[in-house]
Amino acid sequence: MSAEDTHGSAEVAARVERRWATVAVIIIVMMALLAAFAGIHRATMPQPRVETTDPSRIHLSGEFVESNLGSVLEANGNVTVRAIGQQYSFTPACIVVPADTPITMRATSADVVHGILIQGTNINTMLVPGYISEQLMRFTRTGDYLMPCQEFCSFGHEGMWGKVKVIDKTEFADRAKGGGRLNCVGQ
Amino acid sequence: MLANRKLILAHFWLAFGVFGIALTLGAWQMFIRSPIGTWLSNPELYYRSLTAHGTVMGYVFPTLVAMGFGYAISESALEQRLVGVRWAWTGFWLIVAGSITAVIPIALGRASVLYTFYPPLIGNVFYYLGVVLVVVGSWIWVALMAINLRVWRKAHPGAPVPLAMFANVAGSYLWAWTAVGAALELLLQIIPVAAGLKATIDAGLARVFFSWTLHAIVYFWLMPTYIAYYTIVPRAIGGRVYSDSMARISFILFLVVAMPIGMHHTFADPMVGAGFKFIHSAFTALVALPTLLTVFTICASVEIAARLRGGRGMFGWMKALPWDNPMMLALAFSFVMLGFGGAGGLINMSYQLDASIHNTQWITGHFHLIFGGAIVIMYFAIAYDLWPHLTGRELIDIRLIRTQLWLWFIGMIITTFPWHWVGILGMPRRMAYFDFGDPAIAPQALSVAFSAIGGFILLASGIMFIVVLARGMRAPQTDAGPYRFAVAVHQATTVPVALNTHALWVALMIALTLTNYGYPILNLALGGGTSVPAVYVGAQ
Repeated sequence: MSAEDTHGSAEVAARVERRWATVAVIIIVMMALLAAFAGIHRATMPQPRVETTDPSRIHLSGEFVESNLGSVLEANGNVTVRAIGQQYSFTPACIVVPADTPITMRATSADVVHGILIQGTNINTMLVPGYISEQLMRFTRTGDYLMPCQEFCSFGHEGMWGKVKVIDKTEFADRAKGGGRLNCVGQ
Repeated sequence: MLANRKLILAHFWLAFGVFGIALTLGAWQMFIRSPIGTWLSNPELYYRSLTAHGTVMGYVFPTLVAMGFGYAISESALEQRLVGVRWAWTGFWLIVAGSITAVIPIALGRASVLYTFYPPLIGNVFYYLGVVLVVVGSWIWVALMAINLRVWRKAHPGAPVPLAMFANVAGSYLWAWTAVGAALELLLQIIPVAAGLKATIDAGLARVFFSWTLHAIVYFWLMPTYIAYYTIVPRAIGGRVYSDSMARISFILFLVVAMPIGMHHTFADPMVGAGFKFIHSAFTALVALPTLLTVFTICASVEIAARLRGGRGMFGWMKALPWDNPMMLALAFSFVMLGFGGAGGLINMSYQLDASIHNTQWITGHFHLIFGGAIVIMYFAIAYDLWPHLTGRELIDIRLIRTQLWLWFIGMIITTFPWHWVGILGMPRRMAYFDFGDPAIAPQALSVAFSAIGGFILLASGIMFIVVLARGMRAPQTDAGPYRFAVAVHQATTVPVALNTHALWVALMIALTLTNYGYPILNLALGGGTSVPAVYVGAQ
C-alpha cells in the first residue's frame, strides 16, 4: 500500500465517521425538541413547582390535617385529593374519585421517603417529607386501581398498598353533596 | 510487562469474591419474593440482603475491577513500572477495611437502608463510615493513575498517550468527581445524624446530592467495558481500531456529559423545579452520543477483523468472525444487551415517559441488563484476557468459558425481560413480598417466576466463572508474553493537545456540574425549614 492509498482510505474512513456522527447528533437533538414540545404543550410533564411543608406539624394544622384528607369537589367541578404517606400506609387508604374529571392530587409524607404509583396509569410521584407533591390526573374508566408505595420506606414497605376507586361522575357528585372529605375506606 | 501482578490479582480476586457472595444473595432475593419461593416471615432479612447486594455490586465490585484493570493498563500500555506501589496497597487495604466495617452492621440488621441511603432513614454509623473508606481507597487509585501518566509524559514529551491509558485516566477522574456528591451527602448530612450529633436532615437535599453520584457512577462502571471494546477486542479477534481519535472523543464526552445529568433520577420528586429537570433530561440525551459513536466504531473495527479473515459481502463478513473466541462472544452478547438496555434507558431519561416506569421493576430490570449484563460480561472477558498474563499460566477451559458466557447472556435475558414487563404493569420495586393471590397482582406471577429462574442461571454462570479463574491458577505454566492493546488502522503519530490531555475536559466537567447543580443545591441548602426528624433503622 502506498502512502497515497493510506491517505485516501483515511479520508474515506473519516467521511463515513462524520456522516454517522451527524446522524447521531440529529437523533439526539430531535429527542430533546420532542420533549420540549410535549412539555410546553403540557401534554405531560413532571411537577413544575416546589412547595414545602413542615412534616412535624402537618397533623396539627394546615392543609394536611386529618380532617382535610380525602377527595373534595371544588366549585369549578374539579376534584382535589389530599393524602399523606407514613410508615406503612396511606391516609386515606382508599381514595375515591370521579371518572372524566380533572383531578389534582396533593400529597406529602409524614416521616420517611415514600412514593405513590397508581397501577395501570402514568400517575407516579415521590413523597419526600418536607415537600408537597402535586399530580394532575384524569381517569377515563371506573373501577378499582392498586396504589402501592414505590420507594423503600423500611421493613414494612412490602405491605404499603393503597387503593383508588374511580366511580361514576354523578354518583360522586351525589356523595359530595353532604360536604366534607370523601374516601372509600372500608367500602 | 506486568511487574505488579500480585497487586492486580489481589484486586481481581477480592472483586470476584465479593461479586460471588452478592450474586448468591441476589438469586436468593429473586427466589424468595417470587411465587415459587415460600413467604418470608421476616421481611427485614430481605432488606438486609438487598442492602448487602447493592452495596457490594454498586460500590465495591466495580471499583475493584476498575482499579485492578487500571493498574494493569498503566503498567502495560505505558510500559512503565507502577509508581507508588505502596500507596496502591494502602488503597486496597482501605477497601478491605471499609467493606468489613460496612458489612458488620448490615449483617446485624442495623443498616438496612439499601445502598442508595435515602434519609431520613438512618442506619448504623459504621455502615456509612465503611462506604467512605471504600471511596477513599479508590481515590488513592485516582491519584496514582494521574501520577503515573505524569511520570510517563515527562519521559515522553509530546508523544500521544496510549488510548487505553488516556481512557483509564478519564475514567478515574470521572469517578473522583462523581463520588463527591455522595461524599457531601454522607459527610455533611448523614454521618452527623447517624453519629447522634444532629437529629434532623433534609431528605430533598440528600436526594439531589445522591443523584449527582447516582448517574455518573454508571459511566464509571462502564469505563472498563468501553476500554475493552476499543483496546482489547480488536486485538483479540485479529482486527484494528477503526479510529483512534473517535475513541478519544467518546471518552472525553463521557467525562464531560456523564456528570451534569443525574437529576433525571428525580423527575418524580417534589424538591426540584421543572426547568432543571428539563436541562438534565436534555443533557442525558447528549450522553447517548458517545455510545452511538462507540457502537459505530466497534462494529467497523469488528468488520475490519472479519474482512482481514476473508469475510465478504454486505453482511456475509459476519460469518468470517471468530465466533469461538470468548472475546468475540462476550462482545456480541454485550452489544445485544447494551442495545436493549440503552433503548430502555432512553425511556427512563425522557422527561415525560419516565412517569410510566419510575421506581417500578422496569428500573431494576434496566440497570441489571446494562450493568449486570452489558458491563459485567466484559469484566469477565477482561479477566479471561488478562489472567494468563497475571498468573503466567494458560486458561485451558475454553469450552467452559464459552458456556459460562452463553449462560450469563441467557440468564440475564430471562431475568431482565420479564422484569421490565412487570414494571410496565406497575409492579413497584424493592418489595420483600407480593401477594400473588390478589387478582390484580396474579397476572404478574408467571413473569416473576421466570425472572427467578433466570437468577439461578446467572448464579450457575457466576460459579463457572470463578471455577475457570481458580483452575487457571494451577494450570501448566506458559509465557503469555507482553500484554498488548489493539492498534488503530491509522495509528496516530501526533495527537492534538485537546485529545491528548484531560485538563480542559476536567475543567468543563466541573463547570457543567456547577451550572447544572449549583443553583438547586444552594436553593435547597439555604431554603431552610425542610429538615425532618431522622428515622433510625433497627431502632423499632
